[in-house]
Amino acid sequence: MIRIANGQGFWGDWLEAPVRLVEQGPLDYLTLDYLAEVTMAILQKQRQRDPSLGYARDFPPLIGRLAASLRERGVAVLANAGGLNPVACAREVLRLAPGLKVAVVLGDDLTPRVGELLDKGHPMTNMDTGEPIEAIRDRILSVNAYLGAFPLAEALATGADVVISGRCADAALVCAPAIHRFGWRPGDWDRLAAGMVAGHIVECGAQVTGGNTQAGWEGLENLDEIGYPIVEMDPDGSFQITKHPRTGGLVNAHTVKEQLLYEIGDPSAYHTPDCIADFTSLRVRDAGPDRVRVTGASGAPATEFLKLSINYSAGWKAIGTLVYTWPQAVEKARAADRIVRRRLETLGLRFDEIYTEFLGLDACHGRAAPRVADPPEVQLRIGVRGPDRAAVDRFTRELIPLVLSGPPGATGYGEGRPAVREVVAYWPALLPRTEVQARIEVVE
Amino acid sequence: MKVPLSRLAHTRSGDKGDAVNIGVIAWRDEHYALLLRELTPERILDFFRDRVRGPVERYELPNLAALNFLIHGALGGGGTVSLRTDAQGKTFGAALLALDIEVAPDDPPL
Repeated sequence: MIRIANGQGFWGDWLEAPVRLVEQGPLDYLTLDYLAEVTMAILQKQRQRDPSLGYARDFPPLIGRLAASLRERGVAVLANAGGLNPVACAREVLRLAPGLKVAVVLGDDLTPRVGELLDKGHPMTNMDTGEPIEAIRDRILSVNAYLGAFPLAEALATGADVVISGRCADAALVCAPAIHRFGWRPGDWDRLAAGMVAGHIVECGAQVTGGNTQAGWEGLENLDEIGYPIVEMDPDGSFQITKHPRTGGLVNAHTVKEQLLYEIGDPSAYHTPDCIADFTSLRVRDAGPDRVRVTGASGAPATEFLKLSINYSAGWKAIGTLVYTWPQAVEKARAADRIVRRRLETLGLRFDEIYTEFLGLDACHGRAAPRVADPPEVQLRIGVRGPDRAAVDRFTRELIPLVLSGPPGATGYGEGRPAVREVVAYWPALLPRTEVQARIEVVE
Repeated sequence: MKVPLSRLAHTRSGDKGDAVNIGVIAWRDEHYALLLRELTPERILDFFRDRVRGPVERYELPNLAALNFLIHGALGGGGTVSLRTDAQGKTFGAALLALDIEVAPDDPPL
């Protein structure tokens, strides 16, 4: 049995979590997932400004802080912190934690090859919308393939203490140590599926150990010291989900089921780079306090395609807010919204979308929200989005004047006018896997 | 007898592009058949009709006593494009807890 933990569900997750995972109990592998769908484009911009950047900058200082404990306890780290510049990330790790052996997984970054791939006629149609790639060809910022678990396992086989990848399937970080330690091979579809299911269950960190759960959150008084998830994986692909003793939170069949169903489509065909996993054969059973046993994973061969994460520039947006209070808070906010919209129209400004919400009334749940006759306060929230930056900027100057020139009692404008942000949008697509060649480098 | 879904199940929701998925998990396995009968794709679409385009796909997980709903056209463009507070559909699952479920006399007791 090997113990594989995940200490980071996204870039920006709790900084103490990985440290506690290493220091509060036994562990063999620590995984850290830093890359959300649009993170690659943010990193691309950072690398354009400074060629030595383009990776998750929180990661090297974390390894610096953890280096002694990792060595002492024999814990290896796998992280997709490399983003678009895994080698630079590895160099910074070595600067802050000299003496560690660091391996990087390369080959996911296809940004320099985008012209070649388009010229070859790969359609790279948007998997969600069916739109042709020509619609965004001139606005592409980054193209990355989701690599699987085998290159990560190969990197572990170099004897590395730290494995750094760029874009890979989140769940692959957890599947890779099992491949490495148990000798799983392509063709071991059920075991590979088990590794990916385990990875899916822990890839959002504490969201399976009592965070964001409806399974009795009111009774969890110690979420401030919540334990992050640990997979105890057996060679046959059966595993248990748990957390270190005396940490906060909760692991039971209900928290595991909630996370199994998180951000999935067809549960009988969960696509990964290494296999297609079937969730409908799983058995999920409580196996003791904060311990759940998962068996029965079944898998099938992956397709001949890898998924691409393409990011492109999609215009500009800004979101501004004002607060109105009782009496007639909703009526005041609605009147203010009408004034802003008329002023934008009078100015001749065009947007792809103007969207208004009333927080405190129905912003999130719409018609499903319980009715409140005359709420004590509502926040008017207006967003605009469009291709013309100047128009979006002009919008940001139209809210605060209402404090003096609109309905009575507007407040909550202390943050000043809203910021104009570039919209970097996500374009999922497929590419034949023969176009992608993963490779390993040891950085010393 | 009508009860809110929260008496029978818990939920978690998240985004897949401009679609939102809602996992609905029975608190007790014996209520799975009741959820299967009551939670049709049509009812889910009707419940969210003021804020989604649809269609709604339903997937069955009898092994987990759970259903997964994939609601398309639900997030105003999704991800970074959406102007909504809940651009990633995190609260759709909570909203669904208020749905009225008809419990028949011969259904397993609550």
